[in-house]
Amino acid sequence: MDRIGGTTAPAVRQPYGGSGREPANLGDILERVLDRGVVIAGDIRVNLLDIELLTVKLRLLIASVDTARELGIDWWEHDPWLSGRDRELIEENRRLRRLLAVRGGDE
Amino acid sequence: MTGDAGTYVYAVARSAVECPDGVGSVRTVAGAGLVAYVSTVPLAEFGEEPLRRSLEDLDWLSVTARAHHRVVETVAAATPTAPVRLVTVYADDQQVRDLLERRRDDFLDVLSHVTGRREWGVKVYAGHSSEPSATARGGGDARKPEGGDAHKPGNGDARKPGTAYLERRRAGLRGREQVRRQLLARADHMHAALSALSVASCRHRAQDPHLSGRTEMMVLNGAYLVDEGRDEEFAAAAGGLGGDGVEVRLTGPWAPYSFTVMEAR
Repeated sequence: MDRIGGTTAPAVRQPYGGSGREPANLGDILERVLDRGVVIAGDIRVNLLDIELLTVKLRLLIASVDTARELGIDWWEHDPWLSGRDRELIEENRRLRRLLAVRGGDE
Repeated sequence: MTGDAGTYVYAVARSAVECPDGVGSVRTVAGAGLVAYVSTVPLAEFGEEPLRRSLEDLDWLSVTARAHHRVVETVAAATPTAPVRLVTVYADDQQVRDLLERRRDDFLDVLSHVTGRREWGVKVYAGHSSEPSATARGGGDARKPEGGDAHKPGNGDARKPGTAYLERRRAGLRGREQVRRQLLARADHMHAALSALSVASCRHRAQDPHLSGRTEMMVLNGAYLVDEGRDEEFAAAAGGLGGDGVEVRLTGPWAPYSFTVMEAR
């Protein structure tokens, strides 16, 4: 059950992030602690926190929406954290970016 | 004591292990045969209003995320663990005990699913070199402003410079589209190959370049729950998928962040 000590494979320097593999960077950590893991509702604060985390998520998300959509990844369209208004914002942002790209390309 | 302190939850497991500090010193709250790893936090920092501001502060967020992750990974390295989403704060320990009792079966299901297994992350990047976008980008400079001369009737070869430019540009876009399709197909194939070695797998959205710190296109951002005995096999398989303009980045083992989904209620 406890495998933190001697049974650790020699290739693994520390429990998480071994030699030959890249250590966890901040981006990887943020991605996991913000988007994954158990979501427990039931406490008042959590409901409000969902809204706050949402703004962070949106900021992280917006720059990469086009890339994600190109890749066929559209989780935010089904993400219960995002309201219809948030989706509208994403859409609008996407339209504006596209417009800018078109203008820039034709200059 | 409901006024100025709350109980911050990092993770839930079946047994108590020693733990470094997180956002505060870490202790455990036991109930229903489960153990929650928690810290007492000041509501001056972890209350609604302060969090509303500090979650927008990337410095605060990164320190808190690392502290949270440190606790989660330590517990996960020692015992099957269900990581809890960042900044989950309860009014007091009793609320946490109630939670453990109320959701006992859900937690036990999640914990048995991840027992003896570890999460690995695989990110696949496609380099710029394979993208023939230079024609499309350089097109603007090659364009010549004169339009009248080329507009002679009867001369089949001399086309409008603008038309030639548009055709070049269209060809460039077609080529790029083709490369993109090939990359996506390859990413699907890689994901299938890695999933075959896993107990469970999922694809996450491509990471923002600001987070990844890289400008290449991320064509796969996968997470894989792998039996502990197959770690090396999995790592070797992942490594073997790279090459030919495609770079594979393996991270882990992680606490099973991607495989501890519980219905929120």
